[in-house]
Amino acid sequence: MDFDLTDEQRLLKDSVDRLIADQYQFEQRKKYIAEPDGWSQAVWQQYAEIGLLGLPFAEAHGGFGGGPVETMIVMEAFGRGLVLEPYFATVILGGGLLRRAGTPTQQQALLPQVAQGKLKLAFAHVERQSRYDLADVATTARQDGAVWVLDGAKSVVLHGDCADRLLVTARVSGDRRDRMGIGLFMVDPAAAGVSRRGYPTQDGLRAAEVALSDVRVPQDDTLDDSGGALPAIEHVVDEAIAALCAEAVGAMQEMHETTLEYLKTRQQFGRPIGQFQVLQHRSVDMLVALEQARSMAMFAAVTAAEQNATERRRAIAAAKVQIGRSGRHIGQEAIQLHGGIGMTMEYKVGHHFKRMTMIDKLFGDADAHLETLARLGGLFGKAQAA
Amino acid sequence: MDLAFTPEEIAFREEARRFFHSEIPQAIRDKVAEGEGLTRDDMITSQRILNARGWATPNWPVQWGGQDWSPVQVYMYQDEMQQANVPPPIGFNVTMVGPVIAQFGNEQQKQYFLPKTANADIFWCQGFSEPGSGSDLASLRTRAEHKGDKYVINGQKIWTTLAQYADWIFCLVRTDLAAKKQEGISFILVDMKTPGITVRPIVTIDGGREVNEVFFDNVEVPDENLIGQENKGWDYAKFLLGNERTGIARVGASKAKVARIKELASMERVGDRPLIDDPRFREKLAAVEVELKALEMTQLRVVADERQREKGKQNPASSILKLKGSVIQQQLTELLMDVVGPYVLPYQRDFDGRNEPVIGPDYATEAAPMYFNYRKVSIYGGSNEIQRNIVAKAILGL
Repeated sequence: MDFDLTDEQRLLKDSVDRLIADQYQFEQRKKYIAEPDGWSQAVWQQYAEIGLLGLPFAEAHGGFGGGPVETMIVMEAFGRGLVLEPYFATVILGGGLLRRAGTPTQQQALLPQVAQGKLKLAFAHVERQSRYDLADVATTARQDGAVWVLDGAKSVVLHGDCADRLLVTARVSGDRRDRMGIGLFMVDPAAAGVSRRGYPTQDGLRAAEVALSDVRVPQDDTLDDSGGALPAIEHVVDEAIAALCAEAVGAMQEMHETTLEYLKTRQQFGRPIGQFQVLQHRSVDMLVALEQARSMAMFAAVTAAEQNATERRRAIAAAKVQIGRSGRHIGQEAIQLHGGIGMTMEYKVGHHFKRMTMIDKLFGDADAHLETLARLGGLFGKAQAA
Repeated sequence: MDLAFTPEEIAFREEARRFFHSEIPQAIRDKVAEGEGLTRDDMITSQRILNARGWATPNWPVQWGGQDWSPVQVYMYQDEMQQANVPPPIGFNVTMVGPVIAQFGNEQQKQYFLPKTANADIFWCQGFSEPGSGSDLASLRTRAEHKGDKYVINGQKIWTTLAQYADWIFCLVRTDLAAKKQEGISFILVDMKTPGITVRPIVTIDGGREVNEVFFDNVEVPDENLIGQENKGWDYAKFLLGNERTGIARVGASKAKVARIKELASMERVGDRPLIDDPRFREKLAAVEVELKALEMTQLRVVADERQREKGKQNPASSILKLKGSVIQQQLTELLMDVVGPYVLPYQRDFDGRNEPVIGPDYATEAAPMYFNYRKVSIYGGSNEIQRNIVAKAILGL
C-alpha cells in the first residue's frame, strides 16, 4: 500500500505543473478566453507535444498507456490553472468512448489523430429530460440499409462547438429509459441534418446544443449498434468522474491557498486578518474539507479501472459526493473570507468557485450520487462482505 | 499509487482478526458493540489476554514488551481491534504513562512499573485537568512541595476518567511557583491508597459514572515517584500528548458502528419495509459513510507517509484525523438513535446497574446514553477548537 508516484508519474507531474505555471497565469487565461474558440490553440499543441493528448491511449494508438493515476495528475494541475482547452471532452470522454466502445479499426484510425492534437471530440449525450440518468436516451436511431439515421436533440455538449466529431448516443431499440437499446455513433458536425449552437458556460468553458434531423451515419462511423453500449458508456463516465474529482481537488487546493495567502496579507484593525481566531478556524475547516476530498479523488483514481461495475460505481459515487460537498464548502468559504474582492470577476478565486460549482453538476451532483450510493447499500458493513 | 497490501500484511491482518475474535470473550465484545459500560474486570481481563501475546503494548520500546511493527501493522492491529469491538488496552496505561516511564523514568521505575502497567496489575488514571485548567492546561495549580524525601500535594484534579477503578494516578503538579507557568510543573506518580486522597464521582448527562474529581489534602508522596527532573513535567506531558497517532480517528470503531446500524435498521420496520430501505434514512447513513471512507483513506495516507518520516514529525493530514473522526463518531450515535425510534426514551440506568428486564429491544437501551456520552469526543484530548488552533498555527502558519 502506498500513495507514491512512480518516477515516470513524477516526471509527468513536473512537466504538467511547469506547463500550467508557464502558460496558465490568470492574465494569460483571460487572453485565451478571448480567442476565437474560447481557448488556446497554441497551448493545445503544447499538450500534444508533451504527450498529454494521448496519455490514456495504448502505445499502438500513439499514446502512452497511462491509467487513471496519470489522468489524475494532469487533471489536478488543470484544476489549479482552470484550463479551458477541450481536454476533458476530447481525451477523457471522446478518447474513452473510442477506447471502450470503438472498433479496432476506429481506434487505429482516430486515436493517433487525437494524440497529435488533430482531432477534437465531444460526447453528445445529455437530453432535455435526462438529467443525470445515463440510460435516459430519447434520440432515436433507425436503420436504413447499411446506414443508421439519427433524430433528436442533445444538450450541454461539452466543447461540442469546436469538436471535429460528435459521439452521439441514440436508441436503437426499447423505451426511453431502458438500459438495453442504446447505441453509440460518430457524427460529423458538417453532415446534413446536424445543427449546433455553441455558447460559453458559467465557468468560462464552452458547450453546444446539438440538433439531429435525419442524420445519416455510415457503417464505418458506428461504434456500437448492438443496443448494449451502456456498460461501456458507464465505465467511461466513471473514469471521467474520477478525472473531474482530480480537477476539483486542484481547484479546491488553489482556493484554499489563495485564501490563506489573503488572510496573511490583508490588514484590518491594524493586523493581518488571519490573526482572528474565527477566520483561523474556518480556514482549518477548509483544509479538512480539502484533505477529505483529496483522499476520495485518490480513491476514485485507484478504483476507476475496476471491472466490477457495482464496486466501481460505489466508489465513484462516494467520491463525487465528497467532491461536491467539499467543493461547495471550500468555494463558499473562499469567497466569504476574501470579502468584496472575492466577488469580483477580475480576481481569480471566484473563477475557481465557478468551475467547482459546475463540476458538481456534471455527470451527477452530490445528491444524485448519494442516492446511488445509498441504493447500492453504502460502503461498509453488509456492502463490504469480503 | 497502490492500495493493495503485501501478502505478509494481509496474513497479519487475518491473524489479528482471528486472535481478537477467538480469544477476547464474546460477552465483553458484545458490551463494546452495544456501548454498554465495561467493568474494571472486563478491561483487565481483556488487557491480560492481549498482554499474554505481547499485544497490549505494541507502541512501547521492544525491550519493555513493545512490538517492532511497521505503521501498516499498527494500523491493522488497531483497525481489526476496533472492528472486532475489542476494548482497547487501557489508554492511561498503554498510550499515556507507559511510554513516559519508558522514555523518562529511571531504571528502578521502569523495572517496577512497566510490567505491571502492561499487564494491568496497576490500573492508572490521569491527573491533568483542574477546575481552572482545561484547555489552558499549563495554568494548573495543584501544588507539590518538596519536603525532605517527600512531596506534599495539595489541590484538585477533575475529569479524572475511571479514577474509581485506578490503583495509581499520574499527575502534573506545580513545583515552582515563581517560574513561567510551563516551567514550574512536575510529573509525579501517586498511589491512590495514599492518605489524603478523596475521589468524588461526577455523573455525566448519559447517567454514566466515568469521570471524577480527585482531591489531594496533604498527600505525602515519596520523591522517588518523581518522573525525570523536577520542573520538567511539561515536556513529558507534551511527549505523552504527542503519542496519539492514527488510532485517534477510530475509523475501525466507526466501521463497526456502521455495520451495527445497518444490521439493526434491517430489523426495525417503517410501515411495510425495513428502515434500511427508507431512502431518507439510507441517504443520511450513506453521507456519513462517504466521510468515513474519506477519513479511512486519509488515515492510510498518513500511515503510508509515516514509513518515510522521521519519528515525531507529523503529516499535515494527521491533524484532521481527530477533528473529522470525532464528528463522525458523534453522527453515528445520532443515527443509532434514529434507528431505535421511540424506545430511545426509557431511562434504564442507575448507578448500581440496569433496570431488568429492559423495556423495548435490548439494543435500544444504550442508544440515547451513547449519543449523550459521545458529545465528549469532540471535547476531550484537546477540544476540537484547540485542535483547530493547533492546525492553524502549525500547518497553516496563521
